[in-house]
Amino acid sequence: MSNVNGVALVVLVVLFALVTGMGFWASRWRRPTSMESLDEWGLGGRSFGTWITWFLLGGDLYTAYTFIAVPAAMWAAGSVSGFFAVPYTIVLYPIIFVFMGRMWSVSHRHGYVTTADFVQGRFGSRGLSLAVAVTGFLATMPYIALQLVGIQAVLEVVGLGGGDSVLAKDLPLFIAFALLAAYTYSGGLRAPAVIAFVKDTLIYLVIIVAIIYLPTKFGGWTHIFDAAQTKMAVLNPTDRKPTGVFIPGVPQYWAYATLGLGSALALFMYPHSITASLSASTRNTVRRNAAILPAYSFVLGLLALLGWVAIAAGTKPIGADGKPNAQLVIPQLFEDAFPSWFAGVAFAAIAIGALVPAAIMSIAAANTFTRNIYKEWLKPDATVEQEAKVSKLASLVVKLFALVFVLLLDKQNAINFQLLGGIWILQTFPAIVLGLYTRWMHRWALLAGWAVGMAYGTWQAWNVANPRAGINHFGGSLANMPVIGQLGYIAMTAFVINLVVAVVLTFVLRAANAPDGHDETIRGDYFADSGDPRVEKVQQPLHQEAPSV
Amino acid sequence: MSSVDAVDPDRPDAVDHDTVPPARTGLLVLAGVLLALPVIALMWVSSYSRDEPRLGAFPFFIWYQFLWVFLTSALTYTAYRIVLVARPHRPMDDLDAPTEEQA
Repeated sequence: MSNVNGVALVVLVVLFALVTGMGFWASRWRRPTSMESLDEWGLGGRSFGTWITWFLLGGDLYTAYTFIAVPAAMWAAGSVSGFFAVPYTIVLYPIIFVFMGRMWSVSHRHGYVTTADFVQGRFGSRGLSLAVAVTGFLATMPYIALQLVGIQAVLEVVGLGGGDSVLAKDLPLFIAFALLAAYTYSGGLRAPAVIAFVKDTLIYLVIIVAIIYLPTKFGGWTHIFDAAQTKMAVLNPTDRKPTGVFIPGVPQYWAYATLGLGSALALFMYPHSITASLSASTRNTVRRNAAILPAYSFVLGLLALLGWVAIAAGTKPIGADGKPNAQLVIPQLFEDAFPSWFAGVAFAAIAIGALVPAAIMSIAAANTFTRNIYKEWLKPDATVEQEAKVSKLASLVVKLFALVFVLLLDKQNAINFQLLGGIWILQTFPAIVLGLYTRWMHRWALLAGWAVGMAYGTWQAWNVANPRAGINHFGGSLANMPVIGQLGYIAMTAFVINLVVAVVLTFVLRAANAPDGHDETIRGDYFADSGDPRVEKVQQPLHQEAPSV
Repeated sequence: MSSVDAVDPDRPDAVDHDTVPPARTGLLVLAGVLLALPVIALMWVSSYSRDEPRLGAFPFFIWYQFLWVFLTSALTYTAYRIVLVARPHRPMDDLDAPTEEQA
């Protein structure tokens, strides 16, 4: 591990330099008349058509961490921990097809940039809106940090990051992130949209080559599945249970289904998913995308299988510190099995794959901070220009925080928070998605349901121990579900409890005639399309937007 | 819903936009069923958590879920075409005159 793979490193650096140039060029791509508003900087002028949205959403949702973590989970623990990503990213699209049209329309009409904007407008509740904003912000932060973990994994396998001095060890990561911060600052959402083309092309190329070439090299698919089945059946010395799951058995049905469904319901509650969706130019762009985005799910499934290919290949993922680290299994497999130059392309695909989501996530987190915390609570009379300025600065701060998080704290903290983030973000679903359909739910009931779901989910996740890893808390995302009595995804259990609390309290509050907040939307807003007039809310002219038709 | 009256008193035949645009319910239900199919199929884990029959070397559990990627894509696209017909867009141009910069 101490040897630097020179050829791979050169290829990696060249491709990285290429996307950096593209990132800086992005602010001039489809140049807006003014970059000084959140609509332009933070949503790319709400102008992206079907194909750009496809690349942007694909580049955004299928993150570098996913590319590292899903095969790593397949390699270490089998299908329940890893392959659930396939049903997850399949059922995702029918679900967002249903509600994203409404979300786009109402946001277009009222100039909403974040989900908390919508909740504020719909329920007239600053408390509920703040809850949604803070949840989104907190859930996104560790997600950005994990993108860095993805880059780190690649650098570690290339041979960088093994030095003794802290500075030399982390310098490459630092440079990568400084460049990312600079072009996100200048180009806004246009930067990741441009880079997403390169990222997705490289990812498709690498995975298709890997899935065709590697099995022939390691004894064919029959041998690969046999090797995986054998490994998963071996008893673990710590707890005398099988290492993992080859195909889920009866006790794992609930776990597999709830992991898939819970993750699918949660994904489009994240600010970065909403940001990418709202940047689409028409109501139907996202719906059309729901039919073509599953192409990425197919690739993710193939990638997951590479985790089992690594079992047959006998890949030994050993970190720079000399300890085994499952997260390194895919980069290590590529380095062992491919010629250096192609390994370099593969590493670049993963590293660039980290930049797109990291950029969009930091923009989305910055939008949320600016709109729902800064403007709502700190400076209500902020102008459009001030909003854009604060957002740009916030995107820098967010990235800096993620960098410090990864460099100073144990990686495990980022993974723990990411686990918690997934549980937390799902608790905003009732206010956001049910809010798109009905105002029957009372704002205070939704807030109470959210609070109970957050508390229950956090408490359950804290209680999960993982004796094999020697962890007493946050050892996984599965816990026993009350009533059903099987293992299930904690986020789903918390979500159901959240819903029950919200519904029961709504009945109580309605019976007690508790006051409703002001709803600024009308029914027709949920079906508006580009070309329909936007509701003018601010005093000063919004901005000089190009006609949206 | 907002109690603000969307009807312009000067133009009594203007559309009230605080209503849901008209739709053909039967078609919307059909689209809903098409969209529900993948969710039901994949949440019903016991129907596919099997090794046999294999397709080539691939266990049923694996290839069946890959198959649903394509089925879902087709179903979602069909649902998309259906909802376009089921609820045509109702323009809002006659509402909220102050935003003429957009018109």
